[in-house]
This record gives sequence, C-alpha cells and structure tokens, in this order.
Amino acid sequence: MSAQTAAGQTVEAAPTSTGEQREVLLAARDLHTWFELRRWGVIRIGHVRAVDGVDFELHRGETVAFVGESGCGKSSLARTLLGLHRPTRGQVIFEGRDLGTLDAAGWRTHRARVGYVQQDPYGALAPFMNVRRILSEPLIVNGVDDPAERDRQVRQVLEEVRLLPADDFLGKFPHMLSGGQQQRVVIARALILKPALIIADEPVSMLDASVRVEILALLRDVQRARGLTLAFITHDLSTVRYFAERIFVMYAGRIIEQAPVDRLLDAPQHPYTQALLAAIPDPDPDNATHYKDIPGGEPPSLLTPPPGCRFHPRCPMAIAGRCEREVPPEVTVIVGHRVTCWLYVPSAVATPDSATADGTGYMTGHAS
Amino acid sequence: MAYIRTESAAAAANAEPLLRTENLILHYRSERGVVRAVDGIDFTIAEREAVVILGESGCGKSSLTKALLRMLPRNVARYSGSVWFEGRDIMQLSDEAFRREVRWVGISMVMQAAMNALNPVVRVGQQVAEPLRVHRGWSRARALDKAAETFALVGLPTDFLTRYPFELSGGMRQRAVLAMALVTEPKLVILDEPTSALDVLTQANIMNVLKRIKATLGTSFILITHDVATSSEIANRVALMYGGQLVEEASAAHFFRHPSHPYSQLLMASVPRLHDVREPVHIPGQPPNLLDLPPGCRFADRCPARFERCDTAPPIRVDAAGNTVRGWLEAPASTLSGSTAR
Repeated sequence: MSAQTAAGQTVEAAPTSTGEQREVLLAARDLHTWFELRRWGVIRIGHVRAVDGVDFELHRGETVAFVGESGCGKSSLARTLLGLHRPTRGQVIFEGRDLGTLDAAGWRTHRARVGYVQQDPYGALAPFMNVRRILSEPLIVNGVDDPAERDRQVRQVLEEVRLLPADDFLGKFPHMLSGGQQQRVVIARALILKPALIIADEPVSMLDASVRVEILALLRDVQRARGLTLAFITHDLSTVRYFAERIFVMYAGRIIEQAPVDRLLDAPQHPYTQALLAAIPDPDPDNATHYKDIPGGEPPSLLTPPPGCRFHPRCPMAIAGRCEREVPPEVTVIVGHRVTCWLYVPSAVATPDSATADGTGYMTGHAS
Repeated sequence: MAYIRTESAAAAANAEPLLRTENLILHYRSERGVVRAVDGIDFTIAEREAVVILGESGCGKSSLTKALLRMLPRNVARYSGSVWFEGRDIMQLSDEAFRREVRWVGISMVMQAAMNALNPVVRVGQQVAEPLRVHRGWSRARALDKAAETFALVGLPTDFLTRYPFELSGGMRQRAVLAMALVTEPKLVILDEPTSALDVLTQANIMNVLKRIKATLGTSFILITHDVATSSEIANRVALMYGGQLVEEASAAHFFRHPSHPYSQLLMASVPRLHDVREPVHIPGQPPNLLDLPPGCRFADRCPARFERCDTAPPIRVDAAGNTVRGWLEAPASTLSGSTAR
C-alpha cells in the first residue's frame, strides 16, 4: 500500500500499512451511543444500543472505511463523531480535546474541523438556496464577513470539486443539478471550512454506478491533495479497496474486525466478514448457475442484542457453549489485523464441545 | 430502421417467445417538449428466462416497465408498438381486458421501493392475498391459504401473515412484495431495482430466492437495475438501455465477458470488483437529454471510439448467436465476436 500523504504533512516516517506511526487525529474510547426508547413517550422500554463499546484511532491523513449492514450502528457512530449525538458513555477525543468537555465556542470550532458528506445529496441541500448561498452559509456562520473573500473561497472550492466553470453553477438550485453534481456541492460544503476530518456517510449509494466512481475518485483526490483524514461509511465493500487504507467491520454496534484493506479482503478472519465478502458478486455469468452460501437471518435487534458474540445466532462456525455465553475478546492476528471472535482464541477452540469449529486446524481428530 | 441480419439469427428466434416487443414506444409530454423515454424497443424473453435490463438512471428503463404493464401517467404523448405475450398482441386489448387478462395474472411486477409502499394499516398476509381476490375472485380464506404457500416460497415464516409492515425488516418486506407478485403464479414477473435498497447479505439471500423460484416454478423475470454485479446473479440475457433505446442485447456470458458496444465495455469497466486491483473507470459526460436526443448515435458524445458515421443513426446488427448491438463500429460481423474476447 502506498503512503497516501500530501506534501507538507507532518509525517516523518513512511507509515506502515497500519499507520501506527502517524499522529492520532481522533480517538474513540469505549464509546457507547444508546438511544432511549419509550412507549407512548413515557414508559421506558430500554435502550437501542446503536454504538456499544467501540474503540479505535484515526490517524492524520489516512482514509478508513467503516463497513457494515444497515442497523449496525455505523451511521450513529458517524453522528457521534460529528457531535450530533452525545455519547452515552466513553469519549471521543479529537485533536487532543474530549468532545464531552467542549463549550459552545468549542463546538463551533469542532464542527468547522469536521466535514460531513451525507448520503442523499438532494436531501442534504436546502432546495431554496442556490449553490452560492449553500457554500457561503458556513463561511458566514464562521465569521468570514467580507463578501469578496467568501466569493473567492466559494469559487476555489467549486474548482476543487470540479464544478466548472463556477459561474455556471453559482446561481443554480439543487434541483437543477444532476445527482453527481449535487454530491459535489455537498462535498464542497464539507470542504469549505478546511476541515481536518471528513466523515462521508454512504456518499455514493444514491448515485448511478458510473457517477459513483467519479465521486469516489474526487473524494480520494481531495483527501490526498489536502492531506485530510477521511472516514468513509459504507455497506459496499467492493469500492473500499480503491481508497481506504484500513477497514473497520461493524456488526450490531461493535467493531468485530479491523485490518488494512488488502489484508481484510484477502484474508478475512471473522465469519461475518467472510460472509459479507462472499455475498458481494463480481459481474460473472457463472453466478447464475449456483446458489450463494450465505447465512440467513437478519442483524439482531439493538434493543436486546444476543448475549455473547452478537453474530452467534447466524454464525455457521459458532462454538456451542462458548459463543452464545461469553463476549469474545479482541485477538490480534497479525500486526494491525484484529478480530473479535472466539475462533481465534486457541483455548476456546480446543474445548471438547467445539466440534462445529472447523478450518482452524485445532480439531484434527484421530483416524480410529 | 436498418436491420442487418445474418441467416442464423432467425434460427435463434424459432420458438415463440413468452414476450416479444416490436418498436415499443412511450413518449411523455412535458412543458419543454416530448420526452422520448422508451423510443423503439425490440426485445424478447423466453419462458424460464431472466432478462436483465441495465442502464443509468434516466435512460428510460423504468418507463419501459410502465409501457409493458400499461401503467401510464397522464401525460403520455405517444404509446405505440406491439407487445406479444403468449402469442397475442396485448397492446390491442382494451384497458379492461388488459387489467383482467394480463396484469398480475400474466405479468406482475415488483415496483421500485415497493417494500416501502405496503399499506401500513393492513396485515401483510391480506396485502399479499389481495391480487387473488381482485384478479381471480377467490374467497378470503382460499386466498390467504395461497398467500401462506407463497410466503414459504419466498422464505417468510407463515406467522408473518398476520403482522403489519412496520414489524418486518427491509429484507422481509421485500420478500413480502415479491410474494405479492408471485401469488397469482404469473408467467412473467418484472422486478424494478428489487435489491438496491438492501444490505449485501439480504441482497444475496433475495437473489437466492429468485433463483429458486425461477428453477422451481419456471417463472420468467425481467430485472431492471443499474447494479451490474448483482444482475449477473440471475441473468440469462442482458439488455443495455441508453437514451430510450437498447444499445446491446446479448447472452449473459457474452455481455459480462466480452461486451460489444463501447458503452457496454465502459459500463463493465466501471464496475468495482472485489478481487481486482484495477481501478474502475468512469464514463465521461452525461447521459443524453431525452427531450433533445441527437439524430445520430445517442452515445456518440461520450464515446471513445466515435467517428464520422456516428452522426447518423446506427443500424442494429445481429450476430450468429442472436446477440444484437446498435452501432456503426462493429460493421464487419467478424469483429463483433472477436474484438474483445481475449
């Protein structure tokens, strides 16, 4: 993997594929975001545990992807990092400051330092504002009072997202733009305050296949040119190879596997990751000739998540007596590749009633 | 329209297909002129066959389904051509005869985002049974029995019959609308983006369901999608639509392995692949405006292989295997199969 850092970054050593040597931009520590659920608005039913114990670090200038199915908590995680949700427990530390301790001015700075690219560009753009207004608004809020300066910055960012010539777009309203152009405006808005981190929540899932590639390439180019940290939230593993360095796989509110992208795609360890990869087709006429071997079932309710490993009800390799009882530990497979699964704990696999665990080499029986 | 047919192309079309369209046209009126959404579509689908119709948004693929099922908006400017279904031209039927004899009984459909269009205050089982009550005149009990059977077919537990849509997950609701389309046992089911809003695991499970239904019931499918990779899960044939027309129609093996039309080739190259480090390409430019289509090849503006002749309307060429492509480039028939094969 190539080091994706722009000139001028304060990175002295060439980062390893795991990025361990880089400066930490954002850290999540034991992060929980729960939503209280009430019936008729009064009776407490419990909590939706959208984010339920997540730890990770993002390094300056790297691109990471959070991958998971809908309802796995990845969007709640994004919104917690943005400060749109208060964590129930745990901390988000951004540029050395705990978000929980910020005052109003601190929040304003934080929101200028973190850009957000929404999933649905049309829904994210106010229909009554033209492009000039959409892009000027963050500048006005953040005290850029000189109209000429605002105009200069707006034009600059339009050039960066390649909406050219800028004059053609400044007066346009969102409905006059194509989906790809709308998403470029959303990206421009996220960039205009010169953030250190961009969080892109499914930035291309609403777009056409041919436009997707363009938008992903644009995000990557901007990330490289500015040395941004980019956290990319997606359910589509097939696109992450082209620009993420590391992948976090989420399931039911937790990170269950993390690894450098090539490593994760070539040697996925968690049964869930393996299923996810197996489910993604490459366009091949042979696909039509056989059924896919995919675990059935649905992601669990986050209100009452299953005990033990949250994937165990669907897991083809669940170890009876272990996976449904005890929460699996995080195991480092090789440096930078961590998986939260009992299959990789030798003592767990070697227990006598683990006959269903296969493929690990621990269960070689005697030919009696 | 200029057809260049080789002799054996006719042989491919020997058996009477389940459905055949001839010069199907659906134009809309708008304030700014006529929108040529479906602009002369010829294609066929055999029994037990799945045809995938691929295309970018705005290419007219959803309008094509509207034209096939005669579910027309009010601003239709022109609706013409022939649709032969089970040996008769259903375009000639009156609206009432069409409703009674074709819609849902012969051809049913899962609309785009249908899973979000279930009636929230009616139990799912009632909604799935409704087509039988309306189109077949069955009693409630008999229709519910059949609905339960169809639930099992699509992999829904039968106790979901009495649930309301909000109690079902997205994947389950998608199965329910699929059951609604299958409950009358139509010969042909049209699926408009059936999995685009679903997660990959759910998507794979739904594709398994479709494969099983195709294998066991022999239902034919028209799958409308822009998701090339997922479409390969079920496709026997692929038709690629662009600017209201089909630019290529070929067997799945031909289309996915060595597509002929420059647009097909670019489209295939734009698909991200999990186990391929090559970068996907992006197709430059914008799809043509259906209000103002160019007189020549509609893809010419974006085409890397454009030359002078592209300014005039290209012919449709048919190769020996019955694969068709609309364009000037492949003029000698020999380059059609060999150009990108290796």
